[in-house]
Amino acid sequence: MDYILEMRNITKTFGEVQALRQVDFAVARGEVVGLLGDNGAGKSTLIKIVTGYHHPDSDGGEIYFKGQKIEGLSVSEARKLGIETVYQERALADLQTLWRNIFMGRELTTTLGFINVKRMKEETEKLMVGSMGFTSSAVVPDSVVRTFSGGEKQGVAIVRALHFDAELIILDEPTMGLSLSETKKLLEFVGGIKEAGKSCIFIDHNVFHVYSVADRVVVLDRGAVAGEFMTRDITLEQLMDKMYRVAQTGHLNGSGSD
Amino acid sequence: MTTIENQAKAASPKPSWRSGASKLAHTFGLQIGIFCVLLVIWGLFVIGAPRTFLSSNIYAAYMSTIPFFAVIALPLTMVVIAGEMDLSFPSIMGVGMVAFTNVLTLTNSMALAFIASLIAGFLVGLINGVIVVRLGIPSLVATLGTQFFWRGFVLVVTDAGGFSLVPVKETVLRQALVGRVGGYMPAQTIWAVVVAILVWVFLNRHKFGAHVYLVGDNVESARLMGVNVDRTRMINFAILGTAAAFGGVLSSLQQSYFWVSLGDGYLLKTMASVFLGGTSVFGGVGTVFGTLIGCLIIGTIEAGIVAIGKIEIFGLVIKLSGFWTQLIYGLIIVISVSLQNLLSRRLSR
Repeated sequence: MDYILEMRNITKTFGEVQALRQVDFAVARGEVVGLLGDNGAGKSTLIKIVTGYHHPDSDGGEIYFKGQKIEGLSVSEARKLGIETVYQERALADLQTLWRNIFMGRELTTTLGFINVKRMKEETEKLMVGSMGFTSSAVVPDSVVRTFSGGEKQGVAIVRALHFDAELIILDEPTMGLSLSETKKLLEFVGGIKEAGKSCIFIDHNVFHVYSVADRVVVLDRGAVAGEFMTRDITLEQLMDKMYRVAQTGHLNGSGSD
Repeated sequence: MTTIENQAKAASPKPSWRSGASKLAHTFGLQIGIFCVLLVIWGLFVIGAPRTFLSSNIYAAYMSTIPFFAVIALPLTMVVIAGEMDLSFPSIMGVGMVAFTNVLTLTNSMALAFIASLIAGFLVGLINGVIVVRLGIPSLVATLGTQFFWRGFVLVVTDAGGFSLVPVKETVLRQALVGRVGGYMPAQTIWAVVVAILVWVFLNRHKFGAHVYLVGDNVESARLMGVNVDRTRMINFAILGTAAAFGGVLSSLQQSYFWVSLGDGYLLKTMASVFLGGTSVFGGVGTVFGTLIGCLIIGTIEAGIVAIGKIEIFGLVIKLSGFWTQLIYGLIIVISVSLQNLLSRRLSR
């Protein structure tokens, strides 16, 4: 199987808490993997290791991206590799303009670090009309993000992740705060990622959302992998039942893993 | 992905159309607001003391004195935009001059002395940055401490004694820094403009400046997106330290004397200029133009109060000198900030 991301035996400790315990996690090319689990299961921590924001404990496992072993990943390096994230917190700067948010951490530079503001504004303009669907003349690249609605902000975060030719797109609770129609749009967008041949990791509390778009579902519980299922092999009811059992007991009672 | 775009387009609301002038007001509300305040203040002083404010002498005085704190206020603006604070820059002015005078005595070279002072300022600023970044101490607290430390350092090293700069009055460097250009314009005004241009370019056309705004607005978002927050903060403090040393050199050369109390009175003046200029104390917002105007306003108020002397309201005469100076000063600052806030909010809506 052609894996774009492989994480082997990942352990991460924060002080006295073991957030992740020997987790094996992989994503194949063109695959949408749903990451499910209760609060505190370790989903966000796992994601933040993939994006370089956290590092596994020393001796805490290995990460392979496109077959290459990765050591000491930083966020900017992860973005250069093609890993982009839409965070739960959206990671926007509310007081700043749209173009500054789109190019946050990835400013277009000429020489010696000087930035090309004109080009960034032009690209933002193109993205606005093309991908974000802002058609009114009131929203310009200089519009301050604070004035946008929840869905529009989400749109900004998603377009930002897409624009930089990402190969692995991570969505951490992307439907939070979205209306029904915006949620529908988002789920269709995930389908679009797959069509484009890219991979996606999709975290959501809502099992319905995850089930509708994921090829495979990985369930985390208290820092360890409790189970993995191909969505075509399991019904939604069965999945929900297993999730409930995991939450109550911490095991799946030996059914359906692998 | 295209189906989403089409559906997104259909679902987007269509707010009202804006005229060109209204768009300008929207983007530059802050700057327009503070400029109006300057005009109002200046107008009041012209009415209150026409003889002073319609002659060229007071403006010559402004061009001589305002640059000393303006060159510090500009980098300080970047520090505040990044969500930090620096209270130690008055002491750094003294440290810079300690380096200057010592190297001057040792080498008799004005150029080396000048470079030494800038390096000293850079290093002290960098130390501030390291304390904030590596030790995690909030900058307000950290620089409160370093302010006292470096002032004490200056007093100890100089044995509380000053240093006369009269012997170097005719040197090339002194003429270049604080001499009269064309027999009339104080050179420090030109240097203030140079610093303003440099800060503007760095803040608005360099990756560093983009990161300054992001770190000040939402440091977590910046981190999540790969911005090197630590490096941005440290460079910021180092730049301010260098600028403080520069301001100290300008001021001391102009007076032809290094007083160990150098920097006294600069703290509030410089910070008032930054906040008056519309820089937000919470970070993420601020402009070079705003701070420049803020410097002009602060400079104007100081001289204006003394020049007006006294005002008469309904037969009651109030002398503005002496104890009244501070009261009126503070009152005007509060009014100016409120006015600026109101105007820029109105215009930005």
